[in-house]
Amino acid sequence: MKIHRRIGALRKMKCFPCQFSNTIKSAQFNTSALMSVSVFEQADIISTVEFNHSGELLATGDKGGRVVIFQQEQENKTQSHSRGEYNVYSTFQSHEPEFDYLKSLEIEEKINKIRWLPQKNAAQFLLSTNDKTIKLWKISERDKRPEGYNLKEEDGRYRDPTTVTTLRVPVFRPMDLMVEASPRRIFANAHTYHINSISINSDYETYLSADDLRINLWHLEITDRSFNIVDIKPANMEELTEVITAAEFHPNSCNTFVYSSSKGTIRLCDMRASALCDRHSKLFEEPEDPSNRSFFSEIISSISDVKFSHSGRYMMTRDYLSVKIWDLNMENRPVETYQVHEYLRSKLCSLYENDCIFDKFECCWNGSDSIVMTGSYNNFFRMFDRNTKRDITLEASRENNKPRTVLKPRKVCASGKRKKDEISVDSLDFNKKILHTAWHPKENIIAVATTNNLYIFQDKMN
Amino acid sequence: MFMRGLKRKCFDGEEDIEETLAGIKAIPSYNLQRQSLLDMSLVKLQLCHMLVEPNLCRSVLIANTVRQIQEEMTQDGTWQMINMQNTGQASVDRLVSTDILCRSSREQAEGKHVPGYSTFSKDFEGDQAQDSSETMSTASSVQALRNLQSNVWEMENSQENKGNFQKSLDQIFETLENKSPNSVEDLFSEVDNSYYDLDTMLTGMMSNTKMGHCDGLEPFPSPTTTTSSSNCKSDLNELDHIVEILVES
Repeated sequence: MKIHRRIGALRKMKCFPCQFSNTIKSAQFNTSALMSVSVFEQADIISTVEFNHSGELLATGDKGGRVVIFQQEQENKTQSHSRGEYNVYSTFQSHEPEFDYLKSLEIEEKINKIRWLPQKNAAQFLLSTNDKTIKLWKISERDKRPEGYNLKEEDGRYRDPTTVTTLRVPVFRPMDLMVEASPRRIFANAHTYHINSISINSDYETYLSADDLRINLWHLEITDRSFNIVDIKPANMEELTEVITAAEFHPNSCNTFVYSSSKGTIRLCDMRASALCDRHSKLFEEPEDPSNRSFFSEIISSISDVKFSHSGRYMMTRDYLSVKIWDLNMENRPVETYQVHEYLRSKLCSLYENDCIFDKFECCWNGSDSIVMTGSYNNFFRMFDRNTKRDITLEASRENNKPRTVLKPRKVCASGKRKKDEISVDSLDFNKKILHTAWHPKENIIAVATTNNLYIFQDKMN
Repeated sequence: MFMRGLKRKCFDGEEDIEETLAGIKAIPSYNLQRQSLLDMSLVKLQLCHMLVEPNLCRSVLIANTVRQIQEEMTQDGTWQMINMQNTGQASVDRLVSTDILCRSSREQAEGKHVPGYSTFSKDFEGDQAQDSSETMSTASSVQALRNLQSNVWEMENSQENKGNFQKSLDQIFETLENKSPNSVEDLFSEVDNSYYDLDTMLTGMMSNTKMGHCDGLEPFPSPTTTTSSSNCKSDLNELDHIVEILVES
């Protein structure tokens, strides 16, 4: 019942294309700057956001174990300056809270990750995972139904056989579109620790799931078996100093994957080398900057997300203060580094105290790998243009909800005299964090999740 | 976001250092910072213990930080700086912490206390305890950390909390026997073992949320501790938030 009420609320919100002023265009970006905004209220905290391969569908997972899928409307030919809006397409409860009786621990239903499978037929498939269990969901449409049965009335009651005098062939008649989600596979009981990543292989047959200490390889058809391909659990748990934080398959090479660690290293593994890929093929690590050394150095070097570029040549990692782009051919340092919120470096102690230093920010590439995006605090999110080396800070907030709202670039003043329209570091709201962002695979449409809301911004079409 | 902290009380150790280092002001405050960081980290680890599902990555990072501080402190030979607090502050009202904390320490203790830096019970108060607790404090601190760690990790795997604590407590006692008192006595001449009181540290955690500055200000607990919900990202607050949402919907 909770879900239906929420769907009702969601439908009320509509997408408003906004005119974006020229200030943005001239300021930072190559692409022009109209952003249109949709805001969807969600009762629970959004925990993951993911576009499908065509970009037509956008899936979000939340802390309550629900998955909400938005669908882009077909382009409106009359309104040439806006692309289709996103509306709610389907909502379903993916995971339920569970209780592990052996350990007396609750298993959260929060959806940690969603990954779409490429579309092979009329139905859509996605993988969603909580801390322990991965599920393959099939989302299918039904817009016709058979009518004209001989033995049944339209409402399902059986007819008295003696009243049947003629025979007819049932025909399909159109009906209101119904979107159904059904779980097709449940991949369970393979992880002792909390699953942080899932990644579908480019062979579209296998996928990996990674928890804090192990990575397993699954076949999409087989649920009762998985292969352990990485295991960094020490024999003596007292010696544990490093955990796996994220893992991803290479977009083109089906034998290659990477995993990142809490010590700021990324290991690239080749599954052809051996069954157990504990020995990496490549180790990506940047030497520490001695001038920036502090007790928090290790914590802020912990990588919270790793993403391959669409081309497969680069990968991007997100640590607490920066985004780094690595060339797969060069292991000793990243080729590009972008500071997300360097002004927080002097506040690390306080951020450690209130646990914000452990926040796991994600990052994403745009379709052409020219821009990368990541979130920050105070509902800010940042974009970095790799070609022009320009960057921009934007805010996802209700003020930008109205139509024709100008999305203004924001600036944080680190120290000294605060200029007009700048925000000082001390007035940032650290409870408003943008951890999850996604970029449409083909167009300049982005989805940004604040704690409770999902914002969809679009680029202006000239 | 950043709240004022309590002003730190003066203590002998600090003056000594200042004298010996010819009044270089930076160093005492660095030590204080480091110490407060150590306190905070230990408390965070202890709290991990008591929460239902400790986040392994966070625990590992905090434990690594603690280890790093300890190593540095051992190298510096600054264990004598540990004397953080006058005995006067160890008042009873500071023992007032949350139910969970009291309950857990009682559960685990059965007359004794949790491992790590925790103190021993009344049996060990007084002068006779000085030696043993001093020894325990340094020599087994790394050991205790490992015990704590293993407890935290093993929380994930087994429900044998009491067994684990007992085990690590045994290990601490073992270490006590093995270590020769002379070597560490000097280091601990000024240690105030009430510092390692679990409850003290834990209430310190609660009041820490009020303090944003780590620039040498003493994060020790004040009797009026309130968790500032806008600052403290504790699981308790998260739980409240979720309950709020459920109730509203």
